[in-house]
Amino acid sequence: MIVNIARKELKGLFSSPMGWVVLALLQFVFATFFVMGVDQYFLTMSGSMRPDQRIGVTEFVGGNVFGIAPFIMLFAVPLLSMRLISEERRQQTLPFLFSAPLSLTEIVLGKFLGLLAFLSISVAFIGAMVLSLNLWADIDIGFALSNLLGLWLLLASYCALGTYVSSTTQQPVVAAIITFVVLLALQLIEYFLAGDPSNTVAKLSLMRHMEPFSRGLLDTRDLAYFLLFIITFLTLTIRRLDADRLRG
Amino acid sequence: MTTITVEASELTRKYGGRAAVNDVSFTLNKGEVLGFLGPNGAGKSTTMKMLTGNLAPSNGSVKICGIDMMEHPKDAKALIGYLPEQPPLYRELTVDEFLTIAARLHRVSRQHIKKAVDIAKQRCGLTEMGKRLIENLSKGYQQRVGIAQAIIHNPMVVILDEPTVGLDPIQIRDIRALIKELGGEHSVILSTHILPEVEMVCDRVQIIHKGSLVFNGDIDVLKQQRHGNRLLLGLHHAPAHETLLAIPGVERIEAVDGKLLRIHHTPGAAPAEALVQAAVNQNWGLFQINPDQTSLEEVFVQLTFQEPAAA
Repeated sequence: MIVNIARKELKGLFSSPMGWVVLALLQFVFATFFVMGVDQYFLTMSGSMRPDQRIGVTEFVGGNVFGIAPFIMLFAVPLLSMRLISEERRQQTLPFLFSAPLSLTEIVLGKFLGLLAFLSISVAFIGAMVLSLNLWADIDIGFALSNLLGLWLLLASYCALGTYVSSTTQQPVVAAIITFVVLLALQLIEYFLAGDPSNTVAKLSLMRHMEPFSRGLLDTRDLAYFLLFIITFLTLTIRRLDADRLRG
Repeated sequence: MTTITVEASELTRKYGGRAAVNDVSFTLNKGEVLGFLGPNGAGKSTTMKMLTGNLAPSNGSVKICGIDMMEHPKDAKALIGYLPEQPPLYRELTVDEFLTIAARLHRVSRQHIKKAVDIAKQRCGLTEMGKRLIENLSKGYQQRVGIAQAIIHNPMVVILDEPTVGLDPIQIRDIRALIKELGGEHSVILSTHILPEVEMVCDRVQIIHKGSLVFNGDIDVLKQQRHGNRLLLGLHHAPAHETLLAIPGVERIEAVDGKLLRIHHTPGAAPAEALVQAAVNQNWGLFQINPDQTSLEEVFVQLTFQEPAAA
């Protein structure tokens, strides 16, 4: 049943030009950074002779692409997530889902996974680009996979937050703006509190937990952070929809 | 085997302190068509939302074929097809795509989906519209798509909130025929404020007013009230009332205006023939005789206005 909702969401995304355009634009941006990375690699490496200056092609090109991805997605995800529930509210199609034999959890998970599946296409493309380096170089697969996993978890967190915000309003545009602002704030906490590394609030920063992944480090604390982030916002979404049923 | 498909007991829904629906109880048997009547804001839609699990009742319970909506919502919802007031349609999809999704979400098994979609389209007269975008359909056709998604999984209970709004007369006739047909094998609850519609398609009627049921019974009872036991008699040279009262079956006479008389007769008795006979024999100058019908509207108004007086 969750799969059926996810399929419905994907169908909705792909039945308008929106989905295709966003995917194409994302791919264009990432490909540009990828190509620039490959290009600059030779320039930079030909200039650095000492061994400690030399870094691997995976880290250099990958760092280029994976470094920019969280910021690009910061714009893309709110645009995609805004319609998830608010549009259903506006078009009054929620009763269609509520009166089908589905639990609220299934509805919310289905919507979340549908959007995540869509974004996973973009992640898969990035993965394919980076791994294509393997054709002529010996790349660090583990490093690439850890980056991909980090990016994917980050996107899942974006989606979870977007889903929740979308459930609180009838206006998709409002949902997009709020999602964007909150996500931006979660990124910027890091910069604002840079002077005080032990600050508890800084630990909420998404980027702070993304960073170990981008070094190729899998830390269960970061995994737990992302999972908790996702579960929290999905639970809130379910509660929000349940409130509809209870309070009307 | 139980034939009760819907059992609502003491349904109450409060918004703030105000009860939108107050202590509504009824049962519906298999094969019955129940008409839900009421003025705007009477609580028709709220009751329907509670029946379909879209809204939690403040008090009371709903059972669909014996399955409690609160305790086993998924199993209960699987037995219901619901068309809300505003048909829930994904406008960016085609009719086929939308109905396929509806079938899937309502647990129609994979190999039967295509067939279910075809049957639903055929029943709602959408066969030609499969490839069209819902967005581009007229209001009437969108309404039909809404009905199609409600019946696609062959539910035990079909709940339609004002199904004929926005349809042209021919479509209305088709939809009414469809509702009657559905009534054969399923139970149907429909709300409407078009009174003749109720008379045409419903077996039972409930009139809800300010959240409470003010009438619950067979459509025949309502028709009885409507037809009444009255004749309207027009005589140019009316005799004394006693003469008329002497005719068997006549109970009471009231003068309406000028030359018209309203004759109340005992139920079952048909004094019309005797009246005509007497009028001709005694040269009363009969120019009009017809059954005096209160319109359904009048009955409706009576019922919805009686309540405050009685309370």
